[in-house]
Amino acid sequence: MSRPILEVSGLSMRFGGLLAVNGVGLTVNEKQVVSMIGPNGAGKTTVFNCLTGFYRPTAGTILLDGEAIQGLAGHQIARKGVVRTFQNVRLFKDMTAVENLLVAQHRHLNTNFLAGLFKTPSFRKSEREAMDYAEHWLEQVNLKEFANRPAGTLAYGQQRRLEIARCMMTRPRILMLDEPAAGLNPKETEDLKALIGVLRNEHNATVLLIEHDMKLVMSISDHIVVINQGTPLADGTPEQIRDNPEVIKAYLGEA
Amino acid sequence: MTKNLKSAIFSALLVLAVAYPVLGLKLEIVGINLAVQGASDFTIATILICAVLMFLRVLFHEPLSALWRSTPSLPLVPAKASNFLTLPSTQRWVIVGLIALALVWPFFGSRGAVDIATLILIYVMLGLGLNIVVGLAGLLDLGYVGFYAVGAYSYALLSHYYGLGFWICLPIAGLMSALFGFLLGFPVLRLRGDYLAIVTLGFGEIIRLLLRNMTNITGGPNGISNIEKPTLFGLSFERKAAEGMQTFHEYFGIAYNPVTKVVFLYLVALLLALAALFVINRLLRMPIGRAWEALREDEIACRALGLNPTIIKLSAFTLGAAFAGFAGSFFAARQGLVTPESFTFIESAMILAIVVLGGMGSQLGVILAAIVLILVPELMRDFSDYRMLLFGAMMVLMMIWRPQGLLPMQRPQMKLKGEPS
Repeated sequence: MSRPILEVSGLSMRFGGLLAVNGVGLTVNEKQVVSMIGPNGAGKTTVFNCLTGFYRPTAGTILLDGEAIQGLAGHQIARKGVVRTFQNVRLFKDMTAVENLLVAQHRHLNTNFLAGLFKTPSFRKSEREAMDYAEHWLEQVNLKEFANRPAGTLAYGQQRRLEIARCMMTRPRILMLDEPAAGLNPKETEDLKALIGVLRNEHNATVLLIEHDMKLVMSISDHIVVINQGTPLADGTPEQIRDNPEVIKAYLGEA
Repeated sequence: MTKNLKSAIFSALLVLAVAYPVLGLKLEIVGINLAVQGASDFTIATILICAVLMFLRVLFHEPLSALWRSTPSLPLVPAKASNFLTLPSTQRWVIVGLIALALVWPFFGSRGAVDIATLILIYVMLGLGLNIVVGLAGLLDLGYVGFYAVGAYSYALLSHYYGLGFWICLPIAGLMSALFGFLLGFPVLRLRGDYLAIVTLGFGEIIRLLLRNMTNITGGPNGISNIEKPTLFGLSFERKAAEGMQTFHEYFGIAYNPVTKVVFLYLVALLLALAALFVINRLLRMPIGRAWEALREDEIACRALGLNPTIIKLSAFTLGAAFAGFAGSFFAARQGLVTPESFTFIESAMILAIVVLGGMGSQLGVILAAIVLILVPELMRDFSDYRMLLFGAMMVLMMIWRPQGLLPMQRPQMKLKGEPS
């Protein structure tokens, strides 16, 4: 058993009188793909927002490699290696694909003002490495020929892939994908599945996923967490979840 | 048809309602009172003809536009040429050409022309600075003139009270303005869009009112006069040097010529503007420049990638302010006089107009727009009453024909390693 990277327990988020998330717990182990599923409005994205610091959770602990990160600001959590994509793609649309990838490497670059002003060798080297790394990932997601196209002009599936590549630029410890297959056609969904497989097997990525496409979820997940109306409903391997009567009831309603 | 007729009558009345009070009425001083007088028959006739033309245009709008569409139209700027003009490589060559021209011509131009060129260069500097804040980082700043004023007064006060020279004060003025930008940035940068614009607008006015009312330090509305001009390694360009100083013409043993001073000021402005151009050009290609643009596009995505939005915004605001500070201290040195009235809101609007007209984010665009916006009013001094009217008309026409600005920025194309070029 590999060691846990992310351990969440008792996570709750209250908006005024509405308890959107209530006592959710989950554990993500290294190099695992963990999926979070549940009906619409179950609070999955709210959990994501709490984990990535966009919301400050009302209660609960979030441990990243044993270090508590709840309550930190979004960019601080991102710097610790928790990086996410968004349900509706959020690329820098007027910037080119490769520029999108360069921005994401910001904190790994030489940002010294004078070094950049006079193009010192160390600055050039740092920029060169950033370009090479961006190029490498453009190849990984099959977008190399579109490197100089504004990101907003790419097809939707390509934008999704670019967003994942942009996350990988930050060398994340855990990659969180919020409905990556939404709006993709079956062919693109297959590509996405292959990409997630590559991320895990070749790049040792740990993935936490929100997804509605059950075929995708069942085929790539090591572990599934089901949430219904903000509360955890079930937790187990794909087989366990598939046969769980509670889950079937939540999805299909009472027979 | 009746609908057309209705809107045609309405349009014609609108022309009358707008044009008659503005152009047709004049205020004359009669004794100690003001009296309203009608304008000449010629003006009124012109207004009437305009109204009739408007009436006809709206009435026959559809047949006219059909006719217009049927004739093969030439685009204002052919698409290919426009694309060529906005390429970064072309723009670089144009900038190099402009610089060469700018270096040579003051030795042939007239004194007045060089003087105006100096003014244009001040606005180029201001435009380039504001371009960082508005064009790149996307923070609408309506109080930019406040930083300009801080820079100008920094030099004026240091020179007046401590007798410091221009070249020492230039970096100090830049730092002072940057400091103000930093201090203002902290509380206001959590605002965005319109709210930020209002707060910065207020800041600009506060600075002006402070300068106006701290009479014992800043001289109040009278400002500070007799500010020293820049020197060339200690050589003054005045007819007679102050004690312990040498003048340029004595040192080189040439006859005194007041034009040398003007040309020297011009060259100093050119130097400063070029320095600004160089620094900002580099900034654009540095990680911080990319981060500014990314922040303009999507702040939430920036945060999710570990970029700290506060620091990035603050750096844009601070650096933008620093350039205003440099421009301000040069302005004070050139004028020899600073008063709070040089830093009214209309200046902020003017600088913002330069940035918008030039094409947000584009440096060559900013330079061209500064030339157009400063030169045109100077050339049309005869029409100075209608300056604002023309200004407004130009802005409206620009928004119709070229809403992206004169020369919008194109993204730099980055060459990947394994790619055939």
